[in-house]
Amino acid sequence: MNLIEKIEGEQLKKEQPQFNVGDTVKVHTRVKEGEKERTQIFTGVVIAHKGRGVNETFTVRRISFGEGVERVFPVNSPRIEKVEVDRMGVVRRAKLFYLRGRKGKEALLVKEKPGTRRGVVVKPKA
Amino acid sequence: MTRVYDANGVITPVTVILAEPNAVLQVKTKENDGYEAVQVGVFDQKEHRVTKPLLGHFKKAAVTPKKFIREFIPGKGETAPKVGESVNVTNFKVGQYVDVIGVSKGKGFAGVMKKHNFSGQGAAHGSKTHRRNGAIGERSTPGRIYKNHGMPGHMGDERITVQNLRIIQVRESDNALLVSGAVPGAKGGYVVVRTAIKGQPKPPVVQTVVKAKNPGKAGKK
Repeated sequence: MNLIEKIEGEQLKKEQPQFNVGDTVKVHTRVKEGEKERTQIFTGVVIAHKGRGVNETFTVRRISFGEGVERVFPVNSPRIEKVEVDRMGVVRRAKLFYLRGRKGKEALLVKEKPGTRRGVVVKPKA
Repeated sequence: MTRVYDANGVITPVTVILAEPNAVLQVKTKENDGYEAVQVGVFDQKEHRVTKPLLGHFKKAAVTPKKFIREFIPGKGETAPKVGESVNVTNFKVGQYVDVIGVSKGKGFAGVMKKHNFSGQGAAHGSKTHRRNGAIGERSTPGRIYKNHGMPGHMGDERITVQNLRIIQVRESDNALLVSGAVPGAKGGYVVVRTAIKGQPKPPVVQTVVKAKNPGKAGKK
């Protein structure tokens, strides 16, 4: 096996987070403050997903205090504890950059029926 | 190149350098050769591709013929390994600084903009020259061309040393070194990795904070 592939393979997470572009996700990141470590959650819509292997990243967009904020997360970073899918969206694009021009209309992403998309089971909301 | 995460999740771009154990071919001494050095070879070569004099050299050291031979000067206080022994990646430690020497990628005959980062001339507004070097000798002063003035010519394919690259990982089982950043040359090219001549990183200064006792409280005792 190629040595570089081997080195990259070691760094991949065993359980790849399952989500798709258009989903609203909660990204749990480990943040270090001085010596303490705590988990920070960044909630938003996945608007892009690109790269492969160690270079794989996804972009999450949210509106924070009226201002659009986007963060790019490497999928295999050890700082990312987990990615929770809050809501599955129905989208017809791989990149949702058109959301950048919109204001307060994010709700346009239609919620999907539970348990239908690529076999991923969604918890029905109580 | 690839990238690796450290324990804190910080990404470092690294170059993976395959370093099979280097066979020591000859130890040069001041008495015999006029200077001290250790000659090592790496990567097996077919016997019929090696010249007879070199083959004799390998036989003397009792090693298989090698492709790539270089000399290293042992540092102060270092003992030179013996002929026939091998030197492997464990010679380097994680965090250590190294210099990497290689032959850069050839760029062919290159103009001054590519080779010397000249600005060139305007692309529009009636400019008829675009990527030329412009004036080189001025006029009556200095009346000559300065030495080392940038001119078009062959670029790349020369020996380049990149100094002070950090060792990120030492993988003994893979015979590989992971060095931060880029190294000269094409993929699969040969490079020399040596201990940095400019020295090693200083250990971080540990600051001890002495908490001053509250003088008012101490007085109350």
